[in-house]
Amino acid sequence: MTTPMYIDPHAHMISRTTNDYEAMAAAGVVAVIEPAFWIGQPRTYVGTYIDYLSTIVGWERFRAGQFGIRHYCTIGLNSKEANNEELAEQVMEILPRFALKDGVVAIGEIGYDEQTPLEDKYFRAQLELAKELDLPVMIHTPHRDKKRGTSRSMDVVEEHGLPPDKVVVDHNNEETIAETLQRGFWAAFSIYPGSKMGNERMVELLKQYGAERIIVDSACDWGVSDSLAVPKTAKLAAERGIPQEQIHKACYANALAAYGQSGQMSEEDWLNPSPIDQRTLYAGNSILRGGAAPRIEEPVSPAQAEDKLIIR
Amino acid sequence: MTARDLMQGWLQRQLPPEHWQWLEERNAAGAATPEKDLFITLGLIPRKLGKADLDLTADDLAAAERVQPGWSPQGWSVDGTARVLTLLQTVAGRNDFPERFRQLCRTADVAEAIAFYRGLILYPSPEALEPQAAEGVRSNMRAIFEAVAHNNPYPRLYFDESRWNHMVLKALFVDSRLHPIQGLDERANAELAQMLRDYAHERWAAGRPVSPELWRCVGPFAQDEAALADLDQAARSSDPNEQAAAALALSVSPSPLAAERLAAMHELAAQIADGTLTWDVLSARLDAA
Repeated sequence: MTTPMYIDPHAHMISRTTNDYEAMAAAGVVAVIEPAFWIGQPRTYVGTYIDYLSTIVGWERFRAGQFGIRHYCTIGLNSKEANNEELAEQVMEILPRFALKDGVVAIGEIGYDEQTPLEDKYFRAQLELAKELDLPVMIHTPHRDKKRGTSRSMDVVEEHGLPPDKVVVDHNNEETIAETLQRGFWAAFSIYPGSKMGNERMVELLKQYGAERIIVDSACDWGVSDSLAVPKTAKLAAERGIPQEQIHKACYANALAAYGQSGQMSEEDWLNPSPIDQRTLYAGNSILRGGAAPRIEEPVSPAQAEDKLIIR
Repeated sequence: MTARDLMQGWLQRQLPPEHWQWLEERNAAGAATPEKDLFITLGLIPRKLGKADLDLTADDLAAAERVQPGWSPQGWSVDGTARVLTLLQTVAGRNDFPERFRQLCRTADVAEAIAFYRGLILYPSPEALEPQAAEGVRSNMRAIFEAVAHNNPYPRLYFDESRWNHMVLKALFVDSRLHPIQGLDERANAELAQMLRDYAHERWAAGRPVSPELWRCVGPFAQDEAALADLDQAARSSDPNEQAAAALALSVSPSPLAAERLAAMHELAAQIADGTLTWDVLSARLDAA
């Protein structure tokens, strides 16, 4: 049996090490999406922002390729930094020059943190940019006041006339899933220990709601998080009786369908990469997948793979 | 006929008419194109025009060589060519182009950076772009490094000796190749030969292989006993390509002691004498390996 393929559509790889890439590739992750985000320390100059965005469209994309993983990203001004108006104005100026780079699959992650007027202003401005450039949107829903913040995010998207099927609402939980699905949006879940979703809860949601428009991601970053959250959730779901077809949707196909609407992400990229991409993105190591069977690196030790299957 | 004319002709020939027309319209304002529009055009190019290899005939390559000696568009892509053409049609003629070019490279994705650097020789006043070309050589992304270093006349024409030497050494360092560097023999120098020999010693000390290509830039300066001893060590390698490289290096050494060493490598000496062993031949063997 070949290892199933997974996509982690929310992973801040810039904060992760090569060990993560190796383990992800070994576990069957073929592609990651790196949303532009808050890097833990506030940026105070637009120049820092430019270099960050350049890194996620450039070096990080290349670095992932060295491990046989295709790297995509989303471009945006995150909600926390939208509160620095001087910075936000300058970042809005430079976003158009990044939003159409190779491998940019959405404007994101954007939305609310404290739901301030400035956050609202730049959320709306970026929805307009997504409309102008015909790109999908990745929405970060707030950690605090989540239920109302999530509803409000969707209200604003509708107000700006974006079709819900081009918008992924991320960081859902038991309280927000029903409304998100009912309104026609993609509902993403970040399997992130402690603060967001656990994978046992995720499996329960799959049992209850099925996998239509459900997307599982890790949101792994500089915090205590797990770059193997997607394959681990898939494995747990299988153990607990979720049908393979649903697991495939939630851990692979739905993310591809949602972000593939950008025209920048397709299965061909990892199953049969174009010669140009091979020369530029996969240069150096001969780790091309070549054909439909995903390349399996030296297997990780069983202890490593089984370790911490449950994420709480 | 200019490089710009040639690129226009190639793209027009290969692209569906509506795609070609899209590009023409995007760049119709020339130097007056607003900055935001330029960035959007550059971003949209692969989305609108695709990323196919540029189809070129032997005549096209000959024409490229005529308008710009050393310019080698073989291996260029449709999107890369359209991006270079876009710069030529909009910002390249402006007085502030070196600064604009710096900004464009600074915010480029991988494919864009490759295109911009491959076009270095085609922009007006290319000497003013040298600091940015050097930045390209500093890239950790091998394909970007090679966009400057390989099949590009820019380094040979505009890099000073220090820049040149570090580029050659870096090519070996990142497991790239020397053969596609234009002007390799013409710009060989004693300082580089010493740097390369030191590098070979480091590799030997670490038990790592040494690229046979390294000796190409050492041979003409292998004068003293220490340098010849290094070539002896390469000649003793179990790798036939490294032996061949040592023989080729000895064949151009200025030392009278080199000739007898080469003569002792009977078969390789004979192949060099009758022209069946050259750096081109050896490079083709390395390509095939």
